[in-house]
Amino acid sequence: MTFEFLSESQLATIYIGLLGLSVLLYAILDGYDLGVGVLLPSDNQEQRDRMIASIGPYWDANETWLVLAIGLLLIAFPTAHSLVLQALYIPATIMLAGLILRGVSFDFRAKVKQGQKAIWDKCFKAGSLITTLAQGYMLGLYVTGLETSIWAHGFAVLSALGVTAAYAFIGACWLILKTEHDLQLRAYAWAKTLIWVLGAGIIAVSLANLSLHDFVRDLWLSTPSGLFLGAIPLICFSLLVLCGVVLRRLPNSQTDNEPAQGEWLPFLIAILVFLLSFMALAMSYFPYAVPGQLTIYQSLSSADSLRFLLVGVVFVVPCILAYTFLVYRIFSGKAEQLRYY
Amino acid sequence: MDVFLLSRLQFALNISFHILFPTITIALGWFLFYFKLRHDLSGHPVWMRIYRFWVRVFALTFALGVVSGVTMSFQFGTNWPGFMEKVGNVAGPLLGYEVLTAFFLEATFLGIMLFGINRVPSWLHTLSALIVAVGTTISAFWILSLNSWMQTPQGHEIIDGVVYAKDWSAIIFNPSFPYRLGHMLLASGLTASFLIAGLSAYRMLKGDDKLAPQLALKTAVFAAAVLIPIQIFVGDLHGLNTLKHQPQKIAAMEGVWETEQGAPLLLFAIPDEVNRTNHFEIGIPKGASFILTHDLDGEIKGLNEFVGEHPPVAPVFYSFRVMVGLGILMLLVAWWSSAQIITRKELPDYLKKGLVWMTFSGWIATLAGWYVTEVGRQPYLVSGVLKTSDAVTQLPPEHVGFSFVIYAALYSVLLVAYIKTLFLMCRRSVEIEEISQEEREQARKYKQRVANA
Repeated sequence: MTFEFLSESQLATIYIGLLGLSVLLYAILDGYDLGVGVLLPSDNQEQRDRMIASIGPYWDANETWLVLAIGLLLIAFPTAHSLVLQALYIPATIMLAGLILRGVSFDFRAKVKQGQKAIWDKCFKAGSLITTLAQGYMLGLYVTGLETSIWAHGFAVLSALGVTAAYAFIGACWLILKTEHDLQLRAYAWAKTLIWVLGAGIIAVSLANLSLHDFVRDLWLSTPSGLFLGAIPLICFSLLVLCGVVLRRLPNSQTDNEPAQGEWLPFLIAILVFLLSFMALAMSYFPYAVPGQLTIYQSLSSADSLRFLLVGVVFVVPCILAYTFLVYRIFSGKAEQLRYY
Repeated sequence: MDVFLLSRLQFALNISFHILFPTITIALGWFLFYFKLRHDLSGHPVWMRIYRFWVRVFALTFALGVVSGVTMSFQFGTNWPGFMEKVGNVAGPLLGYEVLTAFFLEATFLGIMLFGINRVPSWLHTLSALIVAVGTTISAFWILSLNSWMQTPQGHEIIDGVVYAKDWSAIIFNPSFPYRLGHMLLASGLTASFLIAGLSAYRMLKGDDKLAPQLALKTAVFAAAVLIPIQIFVGDLHGLNTLKHQPQKIAAMEGVWETEQGAPLLLFAIPDEVNRTNHFEIGIPKGASFILTHDLDGEIKGLNEFVGEHPPVAPVFYSFRVMVGLGILMLLVAWWSSAQIITRKELPDYLKKGLVWMTFSGWIATLAGWYVTEVGRQPYLVSGVLKTSDAVTQLPPEHVGFSFVIYAALYSVLLVAYIKTLFLMCRRSVEIEEISQEEREQARKYKQRVANA
């Protein structure tokens, strides 16, 4: 057997790390294409076409990170998977319905008569919105430790709105990078509005987070970890302020035939904000698989099975990252009209 | 309704809907690779035409497969928590390998296939088509390995009621796996062949006199004609393997209530679970014994030897006959159509209409086959290791009822939309001119490149 030298607790750490990586990559990657779906305007078919063209080559692979994340949770921490997803059964079902609606709309819209395209676009937008709200709601309930109190549901609703705003924000930043002219100006406007919502959301969730669990509060209010954790919302804020400045300046610095320098900046800042928010969450709740209830060590499946799968992970994950990078290289630059074969 | 029945119904609905799409895409991926390769080798734009039409069908089918597959990965944990608790140490890594080695590969390179036509060199495009086809096949490999292990488990040990993996190669290559994998890959080949043949015939009947549907139809009909006898042979081997490892399933398939020598091959009967007998039997004397034991008086174990441990007879019995009946029909249609194409260079209209009717015959045969094997494993989820009723969730029934209604509504709408869209795409492609200016230009450039090489 390979990886014999890894103890159970090391395996648990490795797998929660992999799970975290999948969730983070999912939130960033599917985040932007869900966000683009949420932002679809109802007043302009041509802009809708271009927006969907900008995510065309990527969305399917982006969604696969969710399959991997759910798969890793199921494989490495089966009891946590059952506990979490049975508690979140209804919102998870609603999320899946949203994902189904969205995934098929993408393909149907390109094949039907022009008149029906707008209907599938509406389905695409609705599916995206249902998905983001449900995901935010699930995240909210999850960090409360799957409580059923009215406060927990209130927090979950707040989280649903926050996650939707975050996805829409990164979606708008993606559009700034991938589109031109009138649509790009529109994306700038969306991003400017969403920055305020996102800033408010980060404050609200940070404060609410402190009141949820004693162990989290103790961690945040102790040194030195508290200093580090406390720095995260501050850095996020500075980044959002910087982003606001960038968003104001960029549209003025471009000419008709020269795109502005630094159109990638908002998207990069959005990624950093996602990364920091995720780190704050991860550090607050490690080593819990279900906050306050179940640790990753208690819910770990058989070590030998995990060692067997790790062989594949070590070889395959770098390949996945490499060819994902290749695809981003191939389709770099502004999105073309959707030439769908 | 109790939660056990609801969860079973929901899972049956989900896997039935899901399998419709992989059973097309697994083989359609290889067809696409073939079309693209023919184009690369001949430079003839008609192959690109065929490729472009079918790559769009592939994309739509693939999307439906992905979204219905994601819902299944949730249900393992939510509706069948006992499954992962008891056999997760075996099932988990196999599912994990499927995600890692297949899903990302398919999704990523499909992006290049669909959108990269002007962005990547032709060889990379062809390579992407090959990678997607390999990806779909790898996916089938892992999932059928897991399903086969659930049918014929080995290579594990049970400690304190939990299954632990002892020998991974014994687990992956368990006794029924090679047969089930071969049977499913061939089923996919036939499903895709009849889909291509059916839709191409539909286009021709709608007045599409271009070369593309003719060539696609010819390719598909020949493929079906070659695959169907192989499938019947592999299916027979699969049945013999099942007789060895799951005799109660064979007894249900053949409707054998009491162990007997010289069991008849029943062409039709109405199994009666209450009185443990069949009504209205029509059969070939000693046929079942001859097929299964290669001896007219061979002994077939009856259901009486497995009381309380055997599957419900009627669904297995009927599904098996639907599958075999369709297989024979496919053989006749594929061979007769091939003969017509070879001798008369074209198909008469009645055969084209027949092929249109047969467009989704692969779906029905594949579903029937899966019902035989999955219902035939009951009352076990993992043969001899875990009963289905011991794996079910403690969720409130109304929660499962809610999800069942949502899935049922979504899936029925999507199925109708899918079928309608396929035929709509056919009707729209009738209006497209034979060869566009752009394609002529491409063909000219290609010929120049070849001349200069």
